[in-house]
Amino acid sequence: MNKRRDAVVKALMVLSTAAACAVLVWILSFIMANGLSHITKDFLSSLVPQLITTVYLIAGTLVVALPIGVGTAIYLSEYAKPGKLLSSVRFAIQCLSSIPSIIYGLFGYVLMGTMLKFGFSLVTGMFTLAVMVLPILISTTEEALMSVPQAYREGSWALGAGRLRTTMRIVLPTALPGVITAAILSIGRIVGETAAVYLTVGTSLKVPTNLLSSGRTLSVHLYLLAKEAITPDAFSEAYATATLLIFVVLGINLLVRLTTRWKKG
Amino acid sequence: MSNVFEISDLDLFYGNFQALKKVNMDVPERQVTAFIGPSGCGKSTLLKTLNRMNDAIEGVKITGQVLLRGSDIYQGMDVSKLRKRVGMVFQNPNPFPLSVFDNIAYGPRTYGIRNKSKLQGIVEHSLKKAAIWDEVKDRLNKSALSLSGGQQQRLCIARALAAEPEVLLMDEPTSALDPISTLRIEDLVMELKQDLSVIIVTHNMQQAARIADQTAFFLHGEVIEYESTEQMFHLPKDPRTQDYITGRFG
Repeated sequence: MNKRRDAVVKALMVLSTAAACAVLVWILSFIMANGLSHITKDFLSSLVPQLITTVYLIAGTLVVALPIGVGTAIYLSEYAKPGKLLSSVRFAIQCLSSIPSIIYGLFGYVLMGTMLKFGFSLVTGMFTLAVMVLPILISTTEEALMSVPQAYREGSWALGAGRLRTTMRIVLPTALPGVITAAILSIGRIVGETAAVYLTVGTSLKVPTNLLSSGRTLSVHLYLLAKEAITPDAFSEAYATATLLIFVVLGINLLVRLTTRWKKG
Repeated sequence: MSNVFEISDLDLFYGNFQALKKVNMDVPERQVTAFIGPSGCGKSTLLKTLNRMNDAIEGVKITGQVLLRGSDIYQGMDVSKLRKRVGMVFQNPNPFPLSVFDNIAYGPRTYGIRNKSKLQGIVEHSLKKAAIWDEVKDRLNKSALSLSGGQQQRLCIARALAAEPEVLLMDEPTSALDPISTLRIEDLVMELKQDLSVIIVTHNMQQAARIADQTAFFLHGEVIEYESTEQMFHLPKDPRTQDYITGRFG
């Protein structure tokens, strides 16, 4: 009786896993099938500004968000005393992650773009997206820090090291793979974000020359191609852009993993 | 013979629970002192009081006095300096996920030693003192986590010795190890007492009988009996000590 139920449950779980994988494979192959043939040299060179804007936005956002996010996670995990304050801070961070991105976009546009007069620019986008990726950055990093064995901290304290030295020399390096995962997740969010970027970085097709330049990321370009372009082969171009976007994300993932493995070895 | 620690009227509370009751004890220099007793009797708690590792625990209250060579460790002594003088080895080997070299150099670097050749000297000296040099001298740059459990524990001893402590606190250092590794650590402790004082918490009464010069028996947060190991294991004064060492409970 029990055996039969086990078998049924197992079959169901295998089935749902297969379904999840199948959907992923389907989407990827569909996009690639429609996109790959349109990736030509000319097409790629026309996307150079979008590619550069995307990379700039990733770098800029991480420069702003990483120190704040990792610093917050360190405070929450290593310094803050458990209590009401800590749990309400955690709750606030969770709330931040459930706000729709268009609201971040609107807020960033109004505050940075209009009130502070940065307009549609990289800097407006950087700060807006930084706030957006903070929740995932903080919670992933905090989890990584908390999974560092307490015995490491005690060993360090017993040798006379203070909290700061223990954190910087032992805890943070041990949690580094988790911090990198947090950064990769953030990059995924930045690359994929459209609404907030459209409202803050803008849609200019030029290569940004400084932080105050507007630009167009791949995702925004994809949106514009699919929704607003009037040329007949806009949809094919959209597929091709999507294909490129997938490769960019994969490439960044691999690059980050490779560099960190190389550093550790 | 002078004392390294003089403990008087020490009470320790975790919230409302009293874990140590009026502990009075003098720990002599360059000897091995063992703390024995059943689980939860306060022996580890007292050990952690001696390098103030209990400070990190929420809701701990300590009254009484602990003197390290005459100076009160809870009054105006820098915790970092205290822990340089009083090293600690834990129940489970806890080498850092760093190289063997960086593990040993961690303490000295914490105290500001940066000179490479000086550090190399300290690392070699400490590993030799902990009787593990021959096993690791060719792999100083390998991760300490690649060593066996017994080697890791001797590495942790070497790491503590690198700070040149006056006292080494050992909290059941062999309870996670196999019999052969245990024996090596016991031999090591006997050698170490030429240079420093060792206080060892152990669950294993034979271990106390083998290596300790004097032994303290703890029960419910009190020191029931504290005297030379020889005396305690042959002619215990208190019937409760008698019951414990003959295996009637615990």
